[in-house]
Amino acid sequence: MLDKIWERHLVYSQEKQPDLIYIDLHLLHEVTSPQAFEGLRTAKRQVRRPDLTFATVDHNVPTTDRSLPIHDELARNQIAALRENSKDFGVTLYDIDSAEQGIVHVIAPELGLTQPGMTIVCGDSHTSTHGAFGTLAFGIGTSQVEHVLATQCLTMDKPKSMQIKLSGNLKPGVTAKDVILGIIAKIGIDGGSEHVIEYTGDAIRNLSMEERMTICNMSIEAGARAGMISPDDTTISYLLERIKTSDINNSDSIIDNWMELPSDEGCTFDRVIEIDAESLEPCVTWGTNPEMSIPITESIPDPQDADSPEAQDAMERALFYMGLEPGIPIQNISIDRVFIGSCTNSRLSDLQAAATIVNGKKVHENVKAMVVPGSTAIKKQAEELGLHKIFLDAGFEWRESGCSMCLGMNPDILNPGERCASTSNRNFEGRQGKGGRTHLVSPAMAAGSAIAGHFVDVREWLD
Amino acid sequence: MRPFTSHTGQVVPLDRTDVDTDQIIPKQFLKRIERTGYGQFLFYDWRRQEDGSLDPEFCLNREEFQEGSILVAGKNFGCGSSREHAPWALMDYGFRVIISSSFADIFKSNCYENGLLPLELSERGTARLLTLAEKSCTVTVDLVAQQVMDGQGWREEFQIDPYVRNSLIKGLDRITHTLSLEEHIGSYENERDSRS
Ligand code: SF4
Repeated sequence: MLDKIWERHLVYSQEKQPDLIYIDLHLLHEVTSPQAFEGLRTAKRQVRRPDLTFATVDHNVPTTDRSLPIHDELARNQIAALRENSKDFGVTLYDIDSAEQGIVHVIAPELGLTQPGMTIVCGDSHTSTHGAFGTLAFGIGTSQVEHVLATQCLTMDKPKSMQIKLSGNLKPGVTAKDVILGIIAKIGIDGGSEHVIEYTGDAIRNLSMEERMTICNMSIEAGARAGMISPDDTTISYLLERIKTSDINNSDSIIDNWMELPSDEGCTFDRVIEIDAESLEPCVTWGTNPEMSIPITESIPDPQDADSPEAQDAMERALFYMGLEPGIPIQNISIDRVFIGSCTNSRLSDLQAAATIVNGKKVHENVKAMVVPGSTAIKKQAEELGLHKIFLDAGFEWRESGCSMCLGMNPDILNPGERCASTSNRNFEGRQGKGGRTHLVSPAMAAGSAIAGHFVDVREWLD
Repeated sequence: MRPFTSHTGQVVPLDRTDVDTDQIIPKQFLKRIERTGYGQFLFYDWRRQEDGSLDPEFCLNREEFQEGSILVAGKNFGCGSSREHAPWALMDYGFRVIISSSFADIFKSNCYENGLLPLELSERGTARLLTLAEKSCTVTVDLVAQQVMDGQGWREEFQIDPYVRNSLIKGLDRITHTLSLEEHIGSYENERDSRS
């Protein structure tokens, strides 16, 4: 599939030079775009295709009352800059008060902007999310953002291809988040480096679009350039609900075109990894990168068992930062905070999974928990279903949408030493606040931990 | 972009693997709308102790490494986010070369865009340099000849994509280059737009 998409987007190729490929969809947010627009201005250039460029504000926005002015002056300036840039260059902006606002990787699929076969870029590494629709979608730096704004193209070499085949069926209670954490633990945080991972196999086929997005989203945590899943009936029905039929002249031929994308029978990949879906368990990270995870039934590993001195050193450092000792069952570890949100796990089905666990229970007295929907639209849908009541009654905070405590650029951060069960994607040191200790989990596990006050195997809670 | 041909400088050892962009430049410093001024925030948290004072043990704070302009670190340097603020901070601080046995893909391409050389040496070469640097060493990185040497007889060749090498040496502006292919972009676009 990578070859087919590449072929369709090749603008120019010459021996001994990277290819020039065309970009179908360029997404922008406030943090990585201001310098790119500034570059355009200095060089007196225009945005070549404002019609293929969409912007939103997500990283910096407060998730509390949005009618109030933003306290943080720098954040306010960055948002104002995007507003001005969008206006000056004719780019559509889903601003803070718009019904379409949300985390960039949540809203583009939701609005039907993400479609199979496209090339999609954004100045954000989790652009890999969009690969769930059979696209080639990847993060770029600000200089490349400027390059795409000016030319709608990028120069690059075709990445290598890797197939991760997940055969068999997932066990009950094992979610998409557990699948991707399990995969990263197996191949390592640089295991996908230089490659585009295509996820295949029955276990992937049985996932919903939202679950597929969770998996592709974290491909970057395995170091991959992008992740992708070929389109099928699940993809088509998701999209037909979202794309205005008036936008499509001839829907049959478009769908036919999408269905030509899947990799041909017997095609080859540069690397192939097979994983038995049944071997995967609900996971929790214990360390300071997404590869450092264990099944919920296990104990904190011992650095003595590491396979190299470097690995041992990294484990010791991680345990020190996390304030953990080897050998303790992960379920015995108590937490202070719970964050349900981020472009990995903030979609309606994620909130539903968490609400199912929370329903009728109370958040543990030592825990401060919050839910941050991925988009303003999801927030509204959840409220129509009464999910906010379940969370509020249990003692969760119910916020406006944005990146929030996934990276803590807005006021939502951990205090030093606080331990958080988080549905986000990075447990790097200080990611959620200096000295904060992040454990990555699925929405159901985060919800269960909020109630229990420590990590729990939520499978025991499911009837 | 600033051209890069050859650079001689002191090596600063950062003996950690999987150094992520959140450490290189923490998120609270990404709110600026300029490309400059990030050097002061480089490795902000690692440079500091719990009470906020500078940690004298951390490599960037050590007296003997104040003139360093080449950073050597463990594998998978620059993993994590796509923030170009990471190479901006490294360059603004004064680094011209980062040496590791491997780099994360987006970080690597961000370096190329800015004329910062991410140099991939063998694991042995990197480990050796980490040790040497502890005792203070100066090396020359010659991009034209594709070798690193310490002037004491140690020398190692390195590989780099020929196109990238050429662009770095010339300080090529990629946008200008792509715009010179307008004819191809235009005709691709016409065909593309007539399809949809
Ligand atoms: S939710 Fe987190 S990972 Fe996703 S785009 Fe926002 S900051 Fe990045």
